[in-house]
Amino acid sequence: MTANQTQDAAIHVQGLTKSYKKVDVLRGVDFDVARGSIFALLGSNGAGKTTIVSILSTLLKADGGTAGVNNFDVATRADNVRESISLTGQFAAVDEILSGRENLILVAKLRHLSDAATIADDLLKRFALTDAAARKVATYSGGMRRRLDIAMSLIGNPPVIFLDEPTTGLDPQGRNEVWAAVKELAEHGTTVLLTTQYLDEAEELADRIAILHEGRIIVNGTLAELKKLLPPAKVEYVEKQPTLEDVFFAIVGDSSVSKNEK
Amino acid sequence: MKKHFFGDTAVLTGRSLKHITRSMDTIITTAVIPIAFMLLFVFVFGGAIKHGSGSYVSYLLPGILLITVASGISYTAYRLFLDMQGGIFERFQSMPIARSSVLWAHVLTSLVANLVSVVVVVLVALLIGFRSGAGVLAWLAIAGIVVLFTLALTWIAVIPGLSAKSVDGASAFSYPLIFLPFISSAFVPTSTMPGPVRWFADYQPVTSIVNAIRDLVNQQPVGTDIWVALAWMVGILIVAYIFAQVIYRRRIS
Repeated sequence: MTANQTQDAAIHVQGLTKSYKKVDVLRGVDFDVARGSIFALLGSNGAGKTTIVSILSTLLKADGGTAGVNNFDVATRADNVRESISLTGQFAAVDEILSGRENLILVAKLRHLSDAATIADDLLKRFALTDAAARKVATYSGGMRRRLDIAMSLIGNPPVIFLDEPTTGLDPQGRNEVWAAVKELAEHGTTVLLTTQYLDEAEELADRIAILHEGRIIVNGTLAELKKLLPPAKVEYVEKQPTLEDVFFAIVGDSSVSKNEK
Repeated sequence: MKKHFFGDTAVLTGRSLKHITRSMDTIITTAVIPIAFMLLFVFVFGGAIKHGSGSYVSYLLPGILLITVASGISYTAYRLFLDMQGGIFERFQSMPIARSSVLWAHVLTSLVANLVSVVVVVLVALLIGFRSGAGVLAWLAIAGIVVLFTLALTWIAVIPGLSAKSVDGASAFSYPLIFLPFISSAFVPTSTMPGPVRWFADYQPVTSIVNAIRDLVNQQPVGTDIWVALAWMVGILIVAYIFAQVIYRRRIS
């Protein structure tokens, strides 16, 4: 990557380290995320994905290294970073007691936007939540909750969005709903940093994939580049059995998938 | 960020007040226990207690009000704890808002909720015969004491709300606070207690606060009790506030 590209990156992370007591969670993490792209941070539980997201979203201080978001250093320009980002954490950050619409209005007001009600109604429509707008979030399904969560993150059009394991704990339908929402984000030019432990999720969504293992990025590239690291493909004939997921969707019908593919 | 402090605090206070209006049971349960104590003492034990002149309800009410606040603040800790557990706290902290407004919203909500409970308890006291000829100034002074007491206890409640590991831990701290008025002048004159108990009762904060409110209600000169009470409450408020801020800083950095 040339110096010019680095300067224009939406997220720039260099030599990031973090330890909890004596456990080194991050041991020098480097990566850049280009503007308007979806970048997936892939790793198993405990690999340090959430720690990276917490540092980038100013919730946690790094021990060493530098991290910048939208050209603002997270340590010294935290206020500017917070203006530039939205965090959708591992646990849906929604208020269960408020309705979906009230949640959106709350965030719009906290972002000091005028016309919070219009913003809320537009997002409810965009995320197919209009019918549930007045219901308490406690009554929402997992997928609806996540969609609301992501909708809340879009308020104020922050240029960078962090999604920390957005589909963990969702059923396949909920997962497809979230995937559709994330793809739409990227089409609007938002930079997305996504963490996941699901390989298929990274494959489905990401422009670039970095694998975080034992506190370091061990591979970073496009899907095609990553595939080249494997031995060349060999041709085998295998009878293709439908996966259980295919069966599931064939029986229950999956509206979100069929919609996306048309 | 400073310029948004009041606006952000107002928005977040509106949010947690909605929580309260949508679960009125928290205000009702807050008021039920003190009301039960009040009925129990007035109609069961009261006849056997020699408390001096005047009705026993009037004698008892100041202590009951303190118990109301002490049981109400456990919900403050509980609500704060739930925010910390869910992702919403992290969302707020990652947004461009005045960071201290998240805590202040809980404190103001606690104040409003407790004052509503206190009013409910006073209304029940009026129903069972509480009467006072105290003037507007005296009632303002009483309201001021109750507000200050609520703020002091609320900042104490913020500490477990921020640092507890479980829901039970977040609300259990209030039990000793609810119990404290029993070893004070709230229910019986301290002069009837044996030596060491009496000494404790005379010098713990509840007695001076209760005596100050009682003198105001009964139109008696308040004497030094009010200054002792104010010193206790301001002192507790400052210490609890500092502790809470230190813990909060640690949580958000």
